[in-house]
Amino acid sequence: MPLEGGEAHNRAAMPTVALFVPCYVDQLYPQVAVATLRLLERHGCRVVFPPDQTCCGQPMSNAGQASDAAPLARAFLDTFASYDHVVAPSGSCVAMVKHQYPGLAPDHPALQKVRASTFELCEYLHDVLGVRKVEGRFARTVGLHRSCHGQRELRLASGSERQVPPFDKVKTLLGTLDGIRLVEPARTDECCGFGGTFAATEEAVSCLMGKDRLDEHAKAGAEVITGVDMSCLMHLDGLAKRERRGVRILHVAEVLLGEAA
Amino acid sequence: MSPPTVAAGAHPGGQQAGPFPGHPVAAARFTADVDRAHWHDQALWFVRVKRDRAAAQLPAWERLRELAEGLKAHALANLAGYLEAFEKNATAHGAVVHWARDAQEHNRIVHELLAARGVTRLVKSKSMLTEECGLNPYLEARGVEVVDTDLGERIVQFRHEPPSHIVLPAIHIKKEEIGELFHQELGTEKGASDPKYLTEAARGHLREKFLAAQAGLTGVNFAVADTGAVVVCTNEGNADMGTALPPLHIACMGLEKIVPRAEDLGVFLRLLARSATGQAVTTYTTHFLGPKPGGELHVVLVDNGRSALLARDPFRRALACIRCGACMNTCPVFRRSGGYSYGTTVPGPIGSVLGPTQGPGAHASLPFASTLCGSCADVCPVRIDLHHQLLAWRRVLVEGGYAPTGKTLALRLTAWVFASPWRFALAGRLMRAALRLLPAGLMRRLAGAWGRQRDLPAPPPESFRDLYRRTNGRP
Amino acid sequence: MAARDEILAALRRNAPSGPPHPGYAGVAAAFPDLLAQFALSVAAVGGTLVRVPDLAAADAALRALPIHAQARRVASLVPGVGAVTVDATAVTDPHALADLDLVVLRAALAVAENGACWIEGPGLPHHALVVIPEHVAVVVDAAAVVPDLQAAYAALDLPGRPRWGLFLAGPSKTADIEQSLVIGAHGARSATVFLVG
Repeated sequence: MPLEGGEAHNRAAMPTVALFVPCYVDQLYPQVAVATLRLLERHGCRVVFPPDQTCCGQPMSNAGQASDAAPLARAFLDTFASYDHVVAPSGSCVAMVKHQYPGLAPDHPALQKVRASTFELCEYLHDVLGVRKVEGRFARTVGLHRSCHGQRELRLASGSERQVPPFDKVKTLLGTLDGIRLVEPARTDECCGFGGTFAATEEAVSCLMGKDRLDEHAKAGAEVITGVDMSCLMHLDGLAKRERRGVRILHVAEVLLGEAA
Repeated sequence: MSPPTVAAGAHPGGQQAGPFPGHPVAAARFTADVDRAHWHDQALWFVRVKRDRAAAQLPAWERLRELAEGLKAHALANLAGYLEAFEKNATAHGAVVHWARDAQEHNRIVHELLAARGVTRLVKSKSMLTEECGLNPYLEARGVEVVDTDLGERIVQFRHEPPSHIVLPAIHIKKEEIGELFHQELGTEKGASDPKYLTEAARGHLREKFLAAQAGLTGVNFAVADTGAVVVCTNEGNADMGTALPPLHIACMGLEKIVPRAEDLGVFLRLLARSATGQAVTTYTTHFLGPKPGGELHVVLVDNGRSALLARDPFRRALACIRCGACMNTCPVFRRSGGYSYGTTVPGPIGSVLGPTQGPGAHASLPFASTLCGSCADVCPVRIDLHHQLLAWRRVLVEGGYAPTGKTLALRLTAWVFASPWRFALAGRLMRAALRLLPAGLMRRLAGAWGRQRDLPAPPPESFRDLYRRTNGRP
Repeated sequence: MAARDEILAALRRNAPSGPPHPGYAGVAAAFPDLLAQFALSVAAVGGTLVRVPDLAAADAALRALPIHAQARRVASLVPGVGAVTVDATAVTDPHALADLDLVVLRAALAVAENGACWIEGPGLPHHALVVIPEHVAVVVDAAAVVPDLQAAYAALDLPGRPRWGLFLAGPSKTADIEQSLVIGAHGARSATVFLVG
């Protein structure tokens, strides 16, 4: 995939990346944010964390409550307006900024700049930094859960539905780790069933979808399931733990950082 | 589009009686039988996979979708003119064209055509429009025997159920159940469930009906403006059998089925069957132009809310639908909840966009019966952005007061908390403390629907922002 | 007229803006061996393809098939092909065709991409002939095979020469019982395509 705009030329200079940490990652999965920070630093970035950030407004927006999401969108744009690179370990939050913000904060002066500057982590590594080999070791059998927003809104991969030349930015990066064995579930990009408030309002279908994902990864032999969205993984992990399945569920940032053993 | 009367199921596994309880309740009932839900899911996934294989055979597949989208956008912007051209050309070839403002008018027109000719035996090929209008019960109440001749439709007709899928009407029924049904209705052997044997029995039974029919009614897949032809696609040949024998052919169509030129069919027909069933083309793609010698052809054009939908952005794009059902086959929620969980004539993703146009109240749960995964939009042959339309519907429903108050208030409160960094941090600290300190059983109950089948996340000792600050940015 | 006027007025009032007609560029199928592709497509729709050099050979090949040998009532719209026992043009009521075992039809063109044959009104005394017999045989010239439906519609020029017709692709079929494919739903139980020349 082509490198983004003029950023390719600036690889020699150390880009300053503002870390955009999804609200639930900040509060419940800080290790994912830590891994993201370390990964970006390893690839030559200077990472800062604007402390005023809270939430991009996705839960409200996806529930149809645009007027509740709009102030959060404006606050987000205020917070990140001055940065040229904003990176988040979340496909859905980045999709929110890129696709929903024009509807929520159409007149905000920083709208276009922030949209153009915000990237999901793997997208940033692959497209902006041009990373094609991730140094490190992760000697496990790993199943990739292709979260839907990353897949179909950000086009991190070609997807199973469309007839386009195949590509998969996340899989490409993961595949370069030493010792990793990537396996595919039978349905390569079926939804896990989280869907935001759907997880609660349509609990029965949500859990059936999630368990089916876990079954498929188990059938493929995955010891670890990973993905770009902690929300999907939180749902899968909740199901897996309740059923005492042994599978480890890690965010892709944690996997890309590698494990010594 | 007026909601159909939802019939109570007369057979096990059929629809529940009573008013529609909303998708979540209906879906929970469907998934309660996990094995059956998995069976239904696998059956429809198989159709999705066949679609993928068929699409992969056409290097121009994505370009065809782009053209189809453009053709429909162009047609919808010029619908009046094209319908007039269709009427002129159809009439020039001897067809009679009728216009119906709503379902009642449609039913009346059809009935009057039949009554005036003393028709009491009608055969019908698949038409979701006539389902939408509730035609069958209307005619039956007036002494017309209506036989649905598509095998899947005949099966659900015997069971007094509506179709559960617009292309695969009986996908929710197992062959053993069909065997039992045919034993009762057609006298097939008890316990027989071989599809070939059962289909052969249906062939014989329906052939009698075709031969005895006094009129044949079909839907319309495409109506061609520049020729005046109506195009009907089937695999079984039931539209051809039903119209070739009796003298009267009635073709019923929604206004949006019009295409400008015959040559446009070169685009749509390359997409339709591949999207619907994974076949390159349906067995019969018949272009009816005028009546057969000595016969009559009547075309009924139906509005029933379509002209009003044309005014609504973005939902007007849903009028591009060519009724292929691909969105249903790909939808992980539809596969695991079934067509009856939607309470609409047309279920699934497209049904969840069209349903609320009939009146948001009855169908308010449908746009929320989705994770917005976007798979539907990627398989739609005419590239309707279904997932974006579902999200747009959510906004309309919330603003209209149709969303559950509790949920709306909870999210509003959350938004208020999140609007301030210190409130956000405080709320987070309280939540992590609760997770840490409260007994697991209590937390699970407080977590409500989340906790029923899922564990809650283990609380980390501090948030990322606290860790970042404590370590001066070097966590 | 009231309904018509109201509906047209509403459609005009509510019409969104839209693009011009997009045309058909960039979608033509191209096959290195058109007839080989046609053969594959016919098989994929459940039909059987028989290549013959001329009509006499088609007749011979047809008579050798069990569907012909076992047929007692045979109609043919292709003179010289098939041992005709029923003159379809003399039949006035299509119901009388109900016990036809076999019909031989002529296709004006055929489509390589999907195995469909275009059978049209002129020259076909009854529409019922395409669907009511137990078996169908279609005769089509090899020179009349086009790559895809786009090419087919361009060649047919339906607006210029309006007529009814259908694309027939293989025998009648259904998968309505648990997605099991069954051949011979209401129409023909088999479809044999004789590709001539």
